[in-house]
Amino acid sequence: MDERVREPDTQARPDGGRHDDERNEHDPTGHDPTGHDPDGHDPDGRGHFGPYGGRFMPEALIGALDELSAAYDKARLDPEYTNELDRLLRDYAGRPSLLTEAPRFAEHAGGATVLLKREDLNHTGSHKINNVLGQALLTKRMGKTRVIAETGAGQHGVAAATACALLDLDCVVYMGELDTERQALNVARMRLLGAEVIPVNSGSRTLKDAINEALRDWVTNVETTHYLLGSVTGAHPFPMMVRNFHKVIGEESRRQVLERYGRLPDAVAACVGGGSNAIGIFHGFIDDPGVRLVGFEPGGEGLDSGRHGATLTQGSPGTLHGSRSYLLQDEDGQTIEAHSISAGLDYPGVGPEHSWLKDSGRAEYRAVTDAEAMHAFQLLSRTEGIIPAIESAHALAGALTLGNELGPDAIILVNLSGRGDKDVDTAANYFNMLDGEAHE
Amino acid sequence: MSELDALFAATRAEGRAALVGYLPAGYRTVAESKELLGAMIDGGCDLVEVGVPYSDPVMDGPTIQAAAVTALRNGFRLRDLFDVVASVADRGGRAVVMTYWNPVHRYGVDAFARDLAAAGGLGMITPDLVPDEAGDWFGASKAHGLDRVYLVAPSSSEERLAITTAAGTGFVYATAVMGVTGARERVGARAAELVRRTRAYTELPIGVGLGVRDGTQAAEVAGFADAVIVGSAFVTAAEGGPPAVHALATELAEGVRGTVGAAS
Repeated sequence: MDERVREPDTQARPDGGRHDDERNEHDPTGHDPTGHDPDGHDPDGRGHFGPYGGRFMPEALIGALDELSAAYDKARLDPEYTNELDRLLRDYAGRPSLLTEAPRFAEHAGGATVLLKREDLNHTGSHKINNVLGQALLTKRMGKTRVIAETGAGQHGVAAATACALLDLDCVVYMGELDTERQALNVARMRLLGAEVIPVNSGSRTLKDAINEALRDWVTNVETTHYLLGSVTGAHPFPMMVRNFHKVIGEESRRQVLERYGRLPDAVAACVGGGSNAIGIFHGFIDDPGVRLVGFEPGGEGLDSGRHGATLTQGSPGTLHGSRSYLLQDEDGQTIEAHSISAGLDYPGVGPEHSWLKDSGRAEYRAVTDAEAMHAFQLLSRTEGIIPAIESAHALAGALTLGNELGPDAIILVNLSGRGDKDVDTAANYFNMLDGEAHE
Repeated sequence: MSELDALFAATRAEGRAALVGYLPAGYRTVAESKELLGAMIDGGCDLVEVGVPYSDPVMDGPTIQAAAVTALRNGFRLRDLFDVVASVADRGGRAVVMTYWNPVHRYGVDAFARDLAAAGGLGMITPDLVPDEAGDWFGASKAHGLDRVYLVAPSSSEERLAITTAAGTGFVYATAVMGVTGARERVGARAAELVRRTRAYTELPIGVGLGVRDGTQAAEVAGFADAVIVGSAFVTAAEGGPPAVHALATELAEGVRGTVGAAS
């Protein structure tokens, strides 16, 4: 194996990690919003997680990536920055987010205890706000005045537009034309927030092509513009930095589960498109070897159909959008278009740290079909009165399976990464509800 | 001395810049692309860049993106690349390949270098592979006698210029403006400034690309660079078939001869 490959730090602690969180001793306030990581889960200095990650980018952008790395490394240790981010996460985004037990839903999960980490209750309705506040503050520190972003379902685009409105930054959001049709309400939300939304009609007209277009913008306007990337993908430092902004999800939920149940969960379930919400919650438990970390990818119409977005379970290593990672590609290295009912998971790549967690065995990845996700979507709505994002419904479907595998004594923590308001139109069509008849 | 070294020694001896033309392999078909590249050589291109059509060309503007889509729709496969490169050598021309990294990664870096060298290719230009990530390519290029052409940009720091020029061979590709490929009204003063900065770090010839579209611009760039690189304008000309490509190459070849190169 490549000598750069580090074994994940999964040495069992004597207490099995089941008591108070010793890792925050250095920080009596409980958490560090930048995710500063003294325990050594950062990539190497050039952004490699084992053989993955790095910078496969045009030379024209290397200067901007270096500038961003330097600004981030400085900011994460600067109380002025971390205090401001902490304040915004608390007073603006609404952190900490709730932990909600879902007993009626859990009846369908083998009677296991199912806990929902309520990122859907954050301002703007998803976990994406954690990252955009961190990066928008950095944009100000770098003296840049313009922000560009890509979006699939619109969760990240709305969050980016929100942070830019708050911090007085110009905002341009690239969105695949197909996604602007699937998520018309979010296009309107972004425009209400003052952002310019540019539909992208090249390629598959989805998230992948929105990222291509954002990169073309960035290389042209890099002196004034920060690319506010929305997932743990792309060139270094994005996968590490975006992960660190989302680690608060895992840190909070670990504390909440311990406080309420006196022990850690048996498994943590999250959906994986690019993988930002998953990496955020996984990192709260990465040093707890007894906690299984399970990512659920979009299986679309089924793995056999070829119409899916199951990058880690079906793909192979390659380079796309700036990093080496698993990728859906043909034998010539051309990207294969992904398919998912969820616009937010409809992406043929994945963050490089997930590739590393897969190869090292610390996390496992499975596929959930559109039909399974929509079943879980409806089930949560009807049993708990919570309409999830279709993205998050993939994790819920995974929890149903895990619960039946692990049995009634298990505790399963699910990252409910977003709310389903944006998906009501898609769901109403899927369930044929617009004519008043529901189909189960 | 590589064949690229010999080429630039010859153009310097003539007191002029070299003309480098780009077209994607397989555009619009594999057979047509051979004819178009042949017309570029006959019209006076000293070197051709054979592009690899790729699904996600983030450094390219609409003209080259559309050509890549057309080539892929018409069935271009990576193995066809070597056939196209061989056709350039058969025609008496010189070819390097310009490609995004994933097709090479997928093919196998050493196998790609081996097959490119066997087809008569002289080297590779890698727009999304910087030397920092190019360990495999360094070894393969040495093993198979290929030149490694890296890009520098107006945003490159002094440190980056030093690293990139030290890692490259053959020539240095200077991107004249910040942005994606595409013909432009003006190539800009930043190109001359970038060439001046780059020369402080290397004896390698420096080619300037991104935006050149006619003989006048070619003459202007030839005034400060060792090579004038023309891409999108050739792709646009390709719509008019080999005669239009030949005519553009002829005009540009006159341009690079109209001004004595500043290389000294």
